Amino acid sequence: MGGNTAINLGVFGVFVLITLYIVYRAGSRNATASDYYAAGSSFTGPQNGIALSGDFLSAASFLGISGSIAVNGYDGFLYSIGWVVSWLLGLMIISERLRNTGRFTLGDVLAFRMRQRPVRAAAANVTLVISLFYMIAQMAGAGALMALLLDVHSKVGQAVIIAVVGIVMVLYVLVGGMKGTTWVQIIKAVFLIMCVTLLSVFLLGKFGFSLSAILETASRNTPLGPEVLEPGVRYGGNPTSQLDFLSLALALVLGTASLPHVLMRFYTVPNAREARRSVVWATWMMATFYLCTLVIGFGALALVGSKEIAAAPGGENSAAPLLAYEVGGAVLLGVVSAVAFATILAVVAGLTLTASASFAHDVYANVIKRGQADPRSEVRVARLTAVAVGLLAIVGGIAANGQNVAFLVALAFALAASANLSTIIYSMFWKRFNTPGTLWSIYGGLGSCIFLLAFSPAVSGAKSSIFPDVDFAWFPLSNPGLVSIPFSFLCGYLGTILSREKADPVKQAEMEVRSLTGIGSGLK
Amino acid sequence: MTKAILPPTDSGPARGGRGFATFDDPGSSLLVDEAGEPDFVALQASADFRELRRRITIFVVPATCGFLLWYLGYVALSAYAPDFMGTPVWGVINLGLLFGLLQFVTTIALTLAYARYARRKLDPQVRAVRSLTAEDQA
Repeated sequence: MGGNTAINLGVFGVFVLITLYIVYRAGSRNATASDYYAAGSSFTGPQNGIALSGDFLSAASFLGISGSIAVNGYDGFLYSIGWVVSWLLGLMIISERLRNTGRFTLGDVLAFRMRQRPVRAAAANVTLVISLFYMIAQMAGAGALMALLLDVHSKVGQAVIIAVVGIVMVLYVLVGGMKGTTWVQIIKAVFLIMCVTLLSVFLLGKFGFSLSAILETASRNTPLGPEVLEPGVRYGGNPTSQLDFLSLALALVLGTASLPHVLMRFYTVPNAREARRSVVWATWMMATFYLCTLVIGFGALALVGSKEIAAAPGGENSAAPLLAYEVGGAVLLGVVSAVAFATILAVVAGLTLTASASFAHDVYANVIKRGQADPRSEVRVARLTAVAVGLLAIVGGIAANGQNVAFLVALAFALAASANLSTIIYSMFWKRFNTPGTLWSIYGGLGSCIFLLAFSPAVSGAKSSIFPDVDFAWFPLSNPGLVSIPFSFLCGYLGTILSREKADPVKQAEMEVRSLTGIGSGLK
Repeated sequence: MTKAILPPTDSGPARGGRGFATFDDPGSSLLVDEAGEPDFVALQASADFRELRRRITIFVVPATCGFLLWYLGYVALSAYAPDFMGTPVWGVINLGLLFGLLQFVTTIALTLAYARYARRKLDPQVRAVRSLTAEDQA
């Protein structure tokens, strides 16, 4: 596509070198578990807010959403809205309570007033499953991106690139711990948001600062015509696709505040007030970013046109890079590519850290060592886990290379909303909730989500499935959230009332008071 | 590199004349047990904590239900009433796009409203509950 490989690689190389240096400087004193997992809780709300948006904005949101808007118009825009609105849940219900209750992982919160070992094991299982799915999606995306941007078309070449991404990400985590990784997120988020904002302002300027003019030109450059501005292009027509649409929307809005790597970020600030401020900052960043995707998506349609986007390698994912090339030539394309690549790198680093923390803190320290682990060995286990998780992600990413990336990401959201949200809500708000209820809602949500997905059109029977040639799909929706999220709430309820185990009222009092005030947590 | 946040300067009584609450301090009405640890059951039943819980509930419950209904309603309208959402409002901008942009506006507005409410009504009440313990005096 006329890009200049040397420029792309150069910009990206500079980014990696700068961030590695910063990570090295930030992370050289990562002695304690608190440093490694939570950066010593030393970040401010605004810093963590920017890092939160960095953790959250994956390449799927940047390339995927702007591409989806360019191809599906209005229906693509709905992703953007869901992801912005979802932060309200994190703001009002999750962030402050989580900060006050836990120390390093989701398991800290869920196991607070329950029997430690089974609940922590369950929390770690969920975290590992979600993180791995999300990570493999990102790694596979890195392969696809490279095909597009660097003209690497051989499978071996893409595998090498995926391996390089994996190695750099493990380096970030090993050298920098949470502090280094957070700085990578901050730098990347600033780059990404500056990049999309400048591009949008430039586009708006080109059309006389009239959104209407961009939309109008866009609608003349697609075979859909004005319909591209109306709902129904992607999800219209029959009742199944309409339900699928609702299901996706539900998973998006409820999934964000249940993603383990997002939850873990709340531990990097010193208290609940800063946790709240970080969500406020993250919301501003999100709103800016996703408004820009609207302009960029329709702008790509207006300036590049749907025919050229569809014909480019990478299909709709190439809308933003094509637009950058159209607007600013090879240099801007290089910058946009490097930013997209940095995005993948930073997100997988955050996920690796979360997965390793969950294994070391919940499984090793609390399940295997029964809470008697030496903190130094706990951190050592966490680092080893990071390497193992990195290897798994590289292998999985190479295996999944070429798969439908958006599907894996949406699956991670559905999994998070199904397994985590119900459990968090019950354990914070329902006095009677007990250990069996916790296990039922975690495994019920996780299990039903994976089970329904295995028999959905996302896996088999449709053109976009993983196995398009066989058909064992009987569940009609590609996204199982509409069923599995309520199901996990039901499981948690039934598991609680059907067991004879009584909830511990003293522990419940401690958790409620602590989650709302921070008393007993040592936080100021 | 990281800017550390200093703990808020504590103007509690411990800094001034009176010392820490001790075992032989009969005037202490702190809700703590013999070891000085917070008594969570008593705290949970205290009027200050119940007021904190009430203030949180009256904001968070209606706000959460409200934004979920508004968002899901918008999605449902897009799915089941595409013609209505396609009604042009201004230029080529139709009702659906307008509602979509409004979702951004309401999200920011609710975020700011909650932050303000928390600063004014919740944080002081949290301090009131915390002052029932020795938490901020150590």
